[in-house]
Amino acid sequence: MPKIKMPKSAPSIDMTPMVDLAFLLVTFFMLTANFRSTEPVQVDTPSSISETIIPKNVIMVTVDKGGHVFFNITGAESRQDLLEQMGAKYKIAFTKEQKENFLKMTSFGCSMRDMPAYLDMSAEDRQQLVEKEGYVGIPADTTRNELKDWISLGNSVAMQFGKISYEEALTTDKNAIADDFKPKFILKVDSKAVYVYAKNVIDIFRDLNLNNLNFVTNLEANPNATQ
Amino acid sequence: MAEIAEGGGGGHAKNGKKRAKKQSTRIDMTPMVDLAFLLLTFFIMTSTFSKAKVMSLVYPAKPEEGKNDPPQEIFNAVTFIVTEDKLFYYEGQYYPEATGDKPKTQLIETDFGPNGVRKLLADGNKSVIEGKAKLDEELAKGQIADTTYKQRLIKLKKSNDALKVLIKTDEKATCRNFIDLIDELKIANIGVIAPVDIMQSELDLLKAKTK
Repeated sequence: MPKIKMPKSAPSIDMTPMVDLAFLLVTFFMLTANFRSTEPVQVDTPSSISETIIPKNVIMVTVDKGGHVFFNITGAESRQDLLEQMGAKYKIAFTKEQKENFLKMTSFGCSMRDMPAYLDMSAEDRQQLVEKEGYVGIPADTTRNELKDWISLGNSVAMQFGKISYEEALTTDKNAIADDFKPKFILKVDSKAVYVYAKNVIDIFRDLNLNNLNFVTNLEANPNATQ
Repeated sequence: MAEIAEGGGGGHAKNGKKRAKKQSTRIDMTPMVDLAFLLLTFFIMTSTFSKAKVMSLVYPAKPEEGKNDPPQEIFNAVTFIVTEDKLFYYEGQYYPEATGDKPKTQLIETDFGPNGVRKLLADGNKSVIEGKAKLDEELAKGQIADTTYKQRLIKLKKSNDALKVLIKTDEKATCRNFIDLIDELKIANIGVIAPVDIMQSELDLLKAKTK
């Protein structure tokens, strides 16, 4: 029987293509990544065919499946101004660190009374807070409607900074549209939440005469789309 | 490189002459690969692929206090009532009792399947869907401008022939059903969507129906 001759050289694999591919993917993900922000609550949004991408200047109210309300506003200047105005209205003073923490976080859900303590917490503690019993989120009932203050003050603050950025944009782009810079109102509701919870928030918006609302949805295929 | 280490590693020739050790020009890439995949995993885990999408919905303005506008007669309207797991509708005006030639309003059950609400809306809103198809064609051919297309589409959606939809919810309806219904309305090109409060008599009717 002939003997099979084994090659003497060590078994080796050329890894170069794999490295190439790995770095290509790394580069791709680095460039496309927009980091997942840490929200205090996980919300599973319903799906729709809408392809409108979430605008830049937004006031977002989140309603989780337990009906807790969270508030978020974009823009560092708006956030800073809004916290100061709310602090003045509810006579609460914030320390420098607390103000900085407010700029760093995204949505928040607590009453103004608990706000300083909430701002001192770590992001993980805030997430755990939601699961605790007796947690209420932002008070939004008729007796103590803090959400209404957040929305109405937030709207005026965001309107003001939107106007400034519009004027800035006008200097470079003559065709800038003023409406693009105005704050938009976003509702992020959990698909399992009862509609009555969302309706409560919607009614607050409508009381302030803000009738054009947007719901955050997952994209699904349009059955009518012609390819 | 990814190779199994070989013992020895030549250097001494048989004739005893000393030669310079042959240096391998290959670099061990394993740590680099490790690093690359570590970074890759990190970016995959932390990135969100797409930005969130939003669906806009314009609510009717709240009537000013003390000012009670007479209810307008709406042509070609359908009212949907969303409950926890079911979907009902009735066409036209609501009649709590039989009045004149109009019988008492009955709720009809439907569902989110392709033969349920989608077919119903496609039939009811046929004039708009056909009109939109015509406009789309004209736009594709370049016969009309983008702005006129938008204007005519809005006009079409608000015409008397277009289907108008009112949405009412009972206290157990979930947001998923509500959004799904709005989504169906958008698919069917419904222009006038009005989420309104449910009336007590409708709730009673609903209760009798779901029992």
